[in-house]
Amino acid sequence: MGFLLRRVVLVVPTLFGVTVISFCLTYLLPGNPALVKAGPLATPEYIRETERQMGLDRPWPVQYARYIGGLLRGDLGESASTGRPVLDDFVQRLPATLELTFASLVVALAAGIPLGIVSAVHRNSPIDHIGRVIGVAGVAMPSFWTGLLLIFVFFYKLGIAPAPLGRLGAGIAPPIHITGLYVLDSLLTANRTALVSSLRQLALPAVTLGISVMAPLTRMVRATMLEILQSDYILAARAAGLPAHRIVYGDALRNALIPTVTMLGIVFGFLMAGNAVVESVFAWPGIGNYAVTALMTKDSGPIQSFVLFVAVMYVLVNLAVDLVYGLIDPRIRFG
Amino acid sequence: MKTSSDPLVSASRPPPAERGVRAPRWRRLRRDPVTLAGLCAILLIALAAALAPWVTPFDPDDTNPEIALQPPSLSHPLGTDLYGRDQLSRVVAAARIDLLVPLCATAIAFAIGASVGAVGGYVGGWADQVVMRIVDAVMAFPAFVLAMGITAALGNTVANVVTAIAVTQLPGYLRLVRAEMLRVREMEYAEAARTVGNPTWRIVFVHLLPNCLPPVIVQASLAMGFALLTMAALSFIGLGIAPPASEWGAMTAEGADQMVSGEWWLFLFPGLAIVVTVLAFNLIGDGLRDMLDPRMRGVR
Amino acid sequence: MSLLEIEDLAVHFATEDGPVEAVDGVTLDVRAGEILGLVGESGSGKSVTAFAALRLLRQPGRIVGGAVRFDGTDLAVLDDAAMTPMRGARLALVPQSPRTSLNPVIPIGWQIARVLRHHAGLDAAQARRRTYDALREVGIPEPKRSYGQYAHQLSGGMCQRVMIAMALAAGPQLLFADEPTTGLDVSIAARILDLFRELRARTAAAIVLITHDLGAVASICDRVAVMHAGQVVEIAPVRDLFRHPVHPYTQALVRSIPRLDRDEPIVAIPGSVPALLRPPPGCRYAGRCNWRSDECCGTRPALRKREDDRRVACFGVEAGRVPAI
Repeated sequence: MGFLLRRVVLVVPTLFGVTVISFCLTYLLPGNPALVKAGPLATPEYIRETERQMGLDRPWPVQYARYIGGLLRGDLGESASTGRPVLDDFVQRLPATLELTFASLVVALAAGIPLGIVSAVHRNSPIDHIGRVIGVAGVAMPSFWTGLLLIFVFFYKLGIAPAPLGRLGAGIAPPIHITGLYVLDSLLTANRTALVSSLRQLALPAVTLGISVMAPLTRMVRATMLEILQSDYILAARAAGLPAHRIVYGDALRNALIPTVTMLGIVFGFLMAGNAVVESVFAWPGIGNYAVTALMTKDSGPIQSFVLFVAVMYVLVNLAVDLVYGLIDPRIRFG
Repeated sequence: MKTSSDPLVSASRPPPAERGVRAPRWRRLRRDPVTLAGLCAILLIALAAALAPWVTPFDPDDTNPEIALQPPSLSHPLGTDLYGRDQLSRVVAAARIDLLVPLCATAIAFAIGASVGAVGGYVGGWADQVVMRIVDAVMAFPAFVLAMGITAALGNTVANVVTAIAVTQLPGYLRLVRAEMLRVREMEYAEAARTVGNPTWRIVFVHLLPNCLPPVIVQASLAMGFALLTMAALSFIGLGIAPPASEWGAMTAEGADQMVSGEWWLFLFPGLAIVVTVLAFNLIGDGLRDMLDPRMRGVR
Repeated sequence: MSLLEIEDLAVHFATEDGPVEAVDGVTLDVRAGEILGLVGESGSGKSVTAFAALRLLRQPGRIVGGAVRFDGTDLAVLDDAAMTPMRGARLALVPQSPRTSLNPVIPIGWQIARVLRHHAGLDAAQARRRTYDALREVGIPEPKRSYGQYAHQLSGGMCQRVMIAMALAAGPQLLFADEPTTGLDVSIAARILDLFRELRARTAAAIVLITHDLGAVASICDRVAVMHAGQVVEIAPVRDLFRHPVHPYTQALVRSIPRLDRDEPIVAIPGSVPALLRPPPGCRYAGRCNWRSDECCGTRPALRKREDDRRVACFGVEAGRVPAI
């Protein structure tokens, strides 16, 4: 219990630091936010008035306080391109990003963990070598390129994948809104057409993002597994006559998965980072794409909100991972 | 976990007197073809980039609308783009920026991060604590996202991209060097340097810092690849280097627009250039790690 | 009478610089119900011999020659499928470093129970009860409470007892104990040795006590095999070995034990163990021996029987050059 509390408390200064940096990026760096807000046709007086309204003439700590206050109220400013409050745009687009992130996580875990295990157990076998080549090459491939490649091969050449036009195929209506995650909502409302279509549209982007974050996961699973297989307690288990495959797929795996949990936080960070790019490539209507398209109109509000949001999510996810780890590792739980 | 009872460890380590028989570390490089390949690749790319004006078959900015959008051929091995520019020349010309920016960003991050980390680790105190809190806050942002935020705030110039990437890498070096310094400052040679009366800055930078560097060098090599990927991705989404400057990420973005009409060579080759370069950096980094970290040797 | 007969065993470790000949022509035997001490300096090949017998050598080690006959079967030629059923059930190991030999994330009781379930086919409840018994037998005071604990919650001595319980769970005939007292408090080490004595009486298992602690050997062993640089140099009953060591190395070892009853200087053994990478041909002790001859440096001496129940590998002894103590 003490561990849990301590860990939660540690998050506070980090979140504070995150908001400070985000504040710096939004207000203090060169460029006048009032100019953007006032618009290109504004007169100097109007700009000054806007500055006063935005509190830009106040000292920094005051501006920071206003910023935090705004955040807590949910005021993230307005998007110059859509004209709506950024928060509303965010909330509308968030489910798409979440769906993509979850799907990519599933891909990364389903491909990465078994590959890491098999690589370690059959060390220096052909599978291991292939796995390591994929790992090394995979890390070197930018996600936007992988995405484009996949679209070219599977949609353009082979015609298997649907056109990258968004979350649903042309002319298909979204399922009834429960969570906003189309796959889940389709399942819950037994909407077969929407389910099939949303899965098909989700496939390529999820695979792209998933394999771009797979490499560190596979590498860590492999390294952890190898280290464990060399450990004294595995040797002792063998000496006691327990059969090899039970030791490997029972004990060693159990021991290896525990530190792998800590990797999930980092993987999530990579996923959120890669979101913006992959959403761009596939025209996926999520918050990353929203932030990127806003750039074209020099509207920096959405981008900074996106940055802040991702950072906060990252901190919270890492906190959750640490807490879960504290529960599953007996050395910490029964310290 | 290897303990002294491990038959492997106790029986295979030759007694200390024999250790001089082992080949010196750099000679090991010859036995490692993969790392060697990486090194050669980087040297080749760098050379091509440096000699670009003389080496490229065409002027990369030379627009020629008649031969626009041609697939790869003998005269244009990588095809031509929307404006009739030779892709091969453009890819080679872009190598300059795509090598220089990661190099500068990494060098700056390394120099500042290592220095601050070394001093902080040695001296400690409240300043060190403050720096570590700032580092924690910066590292709470996924690196690419932070780079996005910085370039969005500062604007798309080369200098800003370098700054953004350097800022995201800096905390990593800082932490690494600081951790090594904490370990190294307790060593006997540090004690000796103090006793002799060396001024603190000399102890930190001349005596101790070099011993902190091996893991940092490995990190730097791997970080170059990541820096390149970051820059390319930023350019792809419009936050990094903007046209008319050629940069592989931006070129891939241009190529993406054309892909719908079937011109595959426009997105494929610039992206491939990125892959090959990052791969080369990573291979060098892995090779360095194997060379410099004796524990990792043999665990391939 | 011999439960285990190791004949001319050779184990090599392949390294970048060539094979390390960790064990070269080791011959020894273990009789049913006895406690055999296997002594030698660090790196003498004692643990390697045990691991070779159990076929648990880690890469790049492998058996390159010789036989390991256990109850008639040559273990050296068995594949893993044939060897696995023998481990735990017929031969067992108490590893060095008991704490790291326990899985840190599984309760220690489970670790014993599943050995029982695997070998004796018990169900969960029966295995649990038998585990309580096993824990009690090795002297762990509160078996029910200890069952659910994890390795990091136990002391070193307790971990050692758990490992002994785990090794004996399936009732093996032969137990290898690898440095069971190293790293333990002297008083706790003494209690562990008492435990071994007790267990031998109760289970009639033979124990090979691998150690460099001559005190432990003198305390509970019946016979002793002395190893040097991967070779067995002398095997004798314990009293005879300590009172009248015959091989020059054994003599030097015995002379290096500090004694309270005699006022003698402690004599260190000159030189050091030769490198096993390109070992000298012939007797590996020759470089440190006062009585070496050319024959010693060129040919490896074989273990030869002397008076009853003692075997020595030394040309000098055979030729009468080495004075008796």
